[in-house]
Amino acid sequence: MLAVSIALAVLAFALAWPVPLLLGAAAWPSRAPATALVLWQAIALAGGLSMIGSLVAFGLAPFGQDLVGAAAQFTRASAPAGEAPSVPLVHLFALSAGVLLAGHLVLNLVLTIVRIEHQRRRHERLVTLLSAPVPDRPNTRLLDSPMPVAYCLPGGLRSVTVFSAGLVDLLDEDQLQAVIEHEKAHLLQRHYMVLLAFDAWRTSLPWFPIATRAMREVGMLVEMLADDHARRSAADDALASAIVLVSGDAGGGAAASAASGGVAAGSAPRAADSAWSLLPVASAPSDTRARVLRLLSGEPPLPAATRTLVWLCAISLVALPTVILFAPGFVG
Amino acid sequence: MSTLGELERSVMDILWSAGERLTANELQDRLTALPGAKSLATTTVLTVLSRLEKKRFVARERSARPHHYFAARSREDHMAELMHEVLGTAADRTAVLERFVGQASDTEAATLRKLLGR
Repeated sequence: MLAVSIALAVLAFALAWPVPLLLGAAAWPSRAPATALVLWQAIALAGGLSMIGSLVAFGLAPFGQDLVGAAAQFTRASAPAGEAPSVPLVHLFALSAGVLLAGHLVLNLVLTIVRIEHQRRRHERLVTLLSAPVPDRPNTRLLDSPMPVAYCLPGGLRSVTVFSAGLVDLLDEDQLQAVIEHEKAHLLQRHYMVLLAFDAWRTSLPWFPIATRAMREVGMLVEMLADDHARRSAADDALASAIVLVSGDAGGGAAASAASGGVAAGSAPRAADSAWSLLPVASAPSDTRARVLRLLSGEPPLPAATRTLVWLCAISLVALPTVILFAPGFVG
Repeated sequence: MSTLGELERSVMDILWSAGERLTANELQDRLTALPGAKSLATTTVLTVLSRLEKKRFVARERSARPHHYFAARSREDHMAELMHEVLGTAADRTAVLERFVGQASDTEAATLRKLLGR
């Protein structure tokens, strides 16, 4: 069990630090954003599982050689009638820490969902009063504001795409269509759920600089996915020029992300907090530039075989902590 | 968003542009005078008003009967709040808002300056 605990600790460390750094620096994700997004989720999930698993395995180590046996022994030992064997306190601390960490992560996810939902509803009320439905475009509303913005507001069956009069003035018909398609993709592909999970992860582990980095990368990938969706019906040039126009007009990334991305937010790492719509983050000016260059360069997507390989890696990664945790039971 | 939402929007538009406090009956008259409007029951208007009051968009003067209703805050105030949320916590939010102020009407500009605390 000690070996299991150490193996999981090593895995947790790798997934918390070097692996996200490497993935963040890699060039291929922009050629396969969906696949990269899956890998990020696998890393976060496997990281959390191995962290908790490592603590629990260490805590239960004195009670037995494999997880199931040790857990049974622990239950017997802690029953009122059972005789408590003398166990070093440090193991009990580790066990408590593991349980607390698991509780903390779950509770934080719930709190994040509640907080975001509260913000979303408040924003939805404002939008209802300040914007008019657009004829001929279902679930689309026009906001009477000179600022060029477009974003989506998820809400189950009542999801809406909102854009402003300022955006209509700024963009031509093709560009406008591209931006709206981009926003629709965010809703269609449920990007806010992924962002919500990563936002919860980031707020539960504030001492983890990597979580913030991951949030930004995921935000960027989600933008690229929405770009790709918009490209199916809009010309690359129209979309790229719309992104440039909006970011240029707003004098910096903020409205760019609002216009092309959704939630607003310049380079601010807190972006998703303003997430009435939850959508991202992206858009430090460098991110906007990367998106535009990507659209214009027409880099080929990653080969299907490579993508499959990454998928397999992601699946194995999620399974790995569980396999390690239960391995001694099967082997020994 | 629901038709009730659209009705709420019409009510707010009337209150925002009215410049005076209105009774539910006066509101009902103006609502039915809107192009393409259907006839409305007074109870519907009252329901909409109480919903809006609960959301703090509308307040009412209770000293006289019938009660007079008015918008709790101006349209510009709400729009500034919404834009603030949309543009979020951008690092260069001030720059963006400066620009917005440049494009905004005088009232909007004043509101924004107030929001920015300057």
